[in-house]
Amino acid sequence: MKPIIEFRNFSFQYRTQTEPSIQDINLKIYPGEKVLITGPSGCGKSTLAHCINALNPCSFSGKTDGTLIVDGKTPSQEGVFGMSKTVGTVLQDTSGQFIGLTVAEDLAFALENDAVPQKELFERVDRAAEIVGMTAFLKHSPTELSGGQMQRVSMGGVLVDDVSILLFDEPLANLDPMTGKTTIELIDEICHTQDVTVVIIEHRLEDVLYRDVDRIIVMEEGRIVADEHPDVLLSGDVLNKTGVREPLYVTAIKHAGGVIRPEDHPQHIETMQLEPYREAVRSWFSQAEAPASKKSGRPALALEHVSFSYEESEPVLKDVSLQIEQGEMLSIVGKNGAGKSTLASLIMGFLKPQSGTIRLNGEDISPLSVMERGEKIGLVMQSPHQMISKPMIYDEVALGLAVRGVPEDEIKERVHQVLKTCGLYQMRNWPVSALSFGQKKRVSIASILVMNPEIIILDEPTAGQDYRHYTEIMEFLKKLNEEMGLTIVMITHDMHLMLEYTDRAIVLADGEKLADDTPARVLTDESIADRAYLKKTSLYDLSVRCGISSPDEFVDRFIAYERAKGGDRI
Amino acid sequence: MNKKFGIREVVAAGIGTALFVVLTQVQIPLGFIPNTALQPRMAVLSFMAAIFGPLVGALIGFLGHALGDALFYGSIWWSWVIPELVVGCVIGLFAKKYAVREGGFNGKAIVRFNVVQIIANAAAWIVCAPVLDILVYAEPANKVFAQGFFAFLGNIIIIAILGTLLLAAYSGISGKNAALKKED
Amino acid sequence: MNKLLSYCEKDTWLHRLSGVTKLVFFLLWCLTSALTYDTRILLVMIVISAVLFAMSKTEWKQISTVFKFVMFFMIVNLCAIFMFSPYQGTAIYGSKTVLTGFLPGHDITREELFYLFNVLIKYFTVVPSVFIFLVTTDPSEFAASLNLVGIPYTIAYSVAIALRYIPDVQSDFTRIRNAQEARGIEMSGKARLHDRIKRTASILFPLLFSTMEHIETVSNAMELRGFGKKKKRTWYALKGLHRNDYLVLIGTVLFMAAAMIITYADGNRFWNPWI
Repeated sequence: MKPIIEFRNFSFQYRTQTEPSIQDINLKIYPGEKVLITGPSGCGKSTLAHCINALNPCSFSGKTDGTLIVDGKTPSQEGVFGMSKTVGTVLQDTSGQFIGLTVAEDLAFALENDAVPQKELFERVDRAAEIVGMTAFLKHSPTELSGGQMQRVSMGGVLVDDVSILLFDEPLANLDPMTGKTTIELIDEICHTQDVTVVIIEHRLEDVLYRDVDRIIVMEEGRIVADEHPDVLLSGDVLNKTGVREPLYVTAIKHAGGVIRPEDHPQHIETMQLEPYREAVRSWFSQAEAPASKKSGRPALALEHVSFSYEESEPVLKDVSLQIEQGEMLSIVGKNGAGKSTLASLIMGFLKPQSGTIRLNGEDISPLSVMERGEKIGLVMQSPHQMISKPMIYDEVALGLAVRGVPEDEIKERVHQVLKTCGLYQMRNWPVSALSFGQKKRVSIASILVMNPEIIILDEPTAGQDYRHYTEIMEFLKKLNEEMGLTIVMITHDMHLMLEYTDRAIVLADGEKLADDTPARVLTDESIADRAYLKKTSLYDLSVRCGISSPDEFVDRFIAYERAKGGDRI
Repeated sequence: MNKKFGIREVVAAGIGTALFVVLTQVQIPLGFIPNTALQPRMAVLSFMAAIFGPLVGALIGFLGHALGDALFYGSIWWSWVIPELVVGCVIGLFAKKYAVREGGFNGKAIVRFNVVQIIANAAAWIVCAPVLDILVYAEPANKVFAQGFFAFLGNIIIIAILGTLLLAAYSGISGKNAALKKED
Repeated sequence: MNKLLSYCEKDTWLHRLSGVTKLVFFLLWCLTSALTYDTRILLVMIVISAVLFAMSKTEWKQISTVFKFVMFFMIVNLCAIFMFSPYQGTAIYGSKTVLTGFLPGHDITREELFYLFNVLIKYFTVVPSVFIFLVTTDPSEFAASLNLVGIPYTIAYSVAIALRYIPDVQSDFTRIRNAQEARGIEMSGKARLHDRIKRTASILFPLLFSTMEHIETVSNAMELRGFGKKKKRTWYALKGLHRNDYLVLIGTVLFMAAAMIITYADGNRFWNPWI
C-alpha cells in the first residue's frame, strides 16, 4: 500500500529561528490509519502538523528540506487552500475556529468559500451535522454552545469537504475529562465510518488511548524518538525520558515493581491482561503508607447558603455552603457551566449573591469593595495574557502596589522579594514578552502575591500546558503553600491536578454542591464523577481489577507515594 | 502604503470593529467641560489603523461607529460616522512609516504618528463633521463648529496619550529583544 | 450587555422579508431623511415608521432604555442649538415672530420653535427604522445582504466577523476589567485625568493584545478553510427575494422619488407654513 503521508529526510526551520524546529523526519502514515503524535511542548509536533496542512511554510514562513508528499501532493506547492481539500484541520482553539454566526453557517463556511450553490449547501451541511451529532443545534450561536459542542462543529466544518486526512491539533486541551472522552469516541467513530486517515497531536496520552490507536509517534527536540504500537511503547521507558506522562495505571504497576510486557496489551486498563501484576500491586498496596491528613482547622473563607442567578428562572448557584481552611490547597471542580467561575466572581465581589453570606476569617465581607477584597483574596486568571498590562516585568508586579499609593522604597523591596520567591528576580528588568508561557504565568501570580493576599484563587492554572510546564507551575504553587502557608483554591477540571496536588475537592454540578471530599474518593465514585463530568481515574479500575477492596485508599497511597518521590519528576 | 485587503485584514477589520463597539461604553469624563468625555475607543481605532493600514482603519471607524451608535443608542448619526472613517483612513495611510510591527515605533515615528493623527482629526471633526451637520441637519454653524472643535480636542488628547502608549508597548513586544542578561 | 438592541426571532411579514430588502429600505430611508427638511414629508415618514414599528411586534421594554437615552440626547441637542443660535429659524424661514422674551439676545420665536420641531422629527424619522432593522434582521443575513447589494464579500465578511465577535470581546472585556479592579485598578472613581487614562491603558493593554492574538488564530482558521481564494462566494444564510420584497423595494423607491419631488418643487428643502 502507498502511504498517504510520507516524510523523507524532512526538516523545517522557521524564518525567525536559528535552528530547524524539526529535522531528519522519516515517517509514513498509511490510508485509514489512526496515529497519535506526542511529545512535550516545543518538541516540534505542532510544527510537523503545520507542514502537513501547509501552514508551514505558507503562513509561517521558513525553510524546508527533504520531501513531504501528502496524498500525492507537495503541501508547500499546493498552498493552504489547496491542501484544505485533502487535509481537514481541527485547531486547538475551537472557539477561534468557529467563524460563523451560527452552527449551520460555520459548517457551511468552507463550502461557501468554494461558491457551492445554496441548495447543495443545505444538503451537505445537514449531512455533516448528522455525522457529528449537531443536527438539533443548527441555529445556535457559539455563545450558546459548550466546549465539546464547539469542537463537534469544528470537526463537522472540515468533514463537510470530503477530506481524506483529519488532523487534530491538541483536541483535548480545553475540554473537561468526560467531554474529552466523548471527543475521542467521536474521532474513533469517524475514523471507522468515514474512510479517513486520522492524525492526532496530543500530549494527554492516557485520554487519547481511551480508544485504540494504531501507532504512537513520540517526538523530542524536533526528532522522532519512537514510532511504535501503543502496547510496545507503554512497555518501554521512552515516555518517561521525554517527559510525556504515561497512563497512571502503568505508573502504578511500575511502582509496584511490575515490568510491563507488550503481550499483556497495556493500551487499555479495561482489557489489559493483569494476571502477571496482580500480586505485586496488592502487596505494594498493603505496604504503602497512608497519607497524613493536614488540617489547620481554622476557617479562612466560608460560604453560607449562597445563591445566585442572572435570571430568576435559571439559578446559577443554589444554596451553596462550603468552608476553606487556612493553609489548605483545594480544588473546585465540575464541568463547564457548573457555576465554578460564578463562585469565584461572588467571592471576589464582581457579582453579588441574591442570598447567603460570604465570610473571610469569620467576618461578613459583603461591605467590602472589589478592590478591598482584592487585597485579601487574589485572583489569577486562566491566561496570563488576560492580566499582564505592563511591558516590563518589574512594573507589572509593582502595579497593584503603585495604584494603592505604597511608597516607592517599599514597593521595590516587596517586588524584589516576590520576584525571588517566584524565581524571576534575575529577569526583573526584562520585558514580559521575552518570557515563556510558564514564566508569564508566574509573573501573573507574582503580581497577585505582592499584595500579600491570604488566599489566592487560580482559574484553570494548568490549562493547555504539557506535563513539564504543568509540573513546574504546580510544584511552584505547592512551595508557596508549604513555605508561606498560603491558602490556595484552584478552579479546574484537570483530574491529575486535583488528585496530585489538592487535599480536598469540592464538586459542583448544575449549581449545587455535589460532594466535598478527598479527590481520591471523588474520582473513585462513579455517580459523582458522572454528574460532574469527571472521569473515574484509571487507578480505580486497576485496584478493582486487582481485587483491592478500597480503591480510594489505593489512590490515596499512590498519590502519597508519588508526592514523596516528588522532585525528580520535574 | 498597504492597500492589500487579505484575510488578515478582513479579520482585523471585523474583530477591530467588535472591540471598537464594545469600548463605546468606556468613557473618561473630562470634568472641566460638562457632558464631554474622552473616548478610549479612538485610541483603539488609531492603534488598528496604524498597524493594519487605511482600509482597515476606515472600516473600523465606519462600521464601529455606525454599529456602536445603532446598538447602544438606537440611532445612527451619519454625519459623525463619516468623519470616523476619515480618521481611520488618514492615520492608516502612513502605517508603513510608523514601523510598529518592526519594533521601530519610537522618537521620530511617534512624532510622525501624532502629526498625522492631529491632521486626521482636524480634517474629520473641524471640517467634515460640521459641514455634514450643516448640510444634512441645517444646524447653526457656530454650534457645530464648537462641537466639532471639542471632539477634535478630546480625540487628539486621547490618541496622543493612550494611542501612543499602546502602540509603543506593542511595538516593544513585536520587535526583537536585544540580548538580555540575567542579573543577580 | 443586556441593554444592547438585538435581533429577536418572531414571525411577522417584516421578519420574513429578505435582509437585502430591509437593508435597501434602511439606506434609502436614511438618505431621504437626510435630504428633505419638508415638515409634511417628515411627518408622513414618522407615521409610516410608527406603523412599521408596530407591525414588527417589538416590545417596548426591548427598546425603552435606548429610547430614553435618545430622547435625552435630543433635548440636550435642541437646547444647545437654541443657546448657540436662537434665530436660526428666522434665518431659514425669513420671518421673526417673537412669542416671549427669554434671556438677553435669546427671544423665543415662532420660527425657532418650528425649526427645532423640524430638527426633532427629522431625527425621529431615522430612530424607528434603526430599531426595526436591528430587531427584525437576522445578523447572519446581514453580511450576505451587503454582498448582494454590491459590497465586496471580503468587506461584507468583516461585518459578519464583527457581529460574531462582539459578545466574545464583551465577555473578555468584563473579565479583564474585573480582574484588574481586584488588583486595584479601577476605571471609575475619582482620580486625576492622567491617572484615569493610565488605568484605562492597563485594561486596554491585555484586551488589545489578546485581540491581536485572536486575529492570528481566526485568520489561520479561515485560510485553512479556503476563505478568499475565489472571486465570489455563496451564503448559507441568504434569503431569496419574494413578492413582498419586490413590493417593498418598489414602494421605497417610489416614496423616495415622490419625497424629493415634493421637497424640492419650490427649490427649497424647507417647507414654510407662513408663506
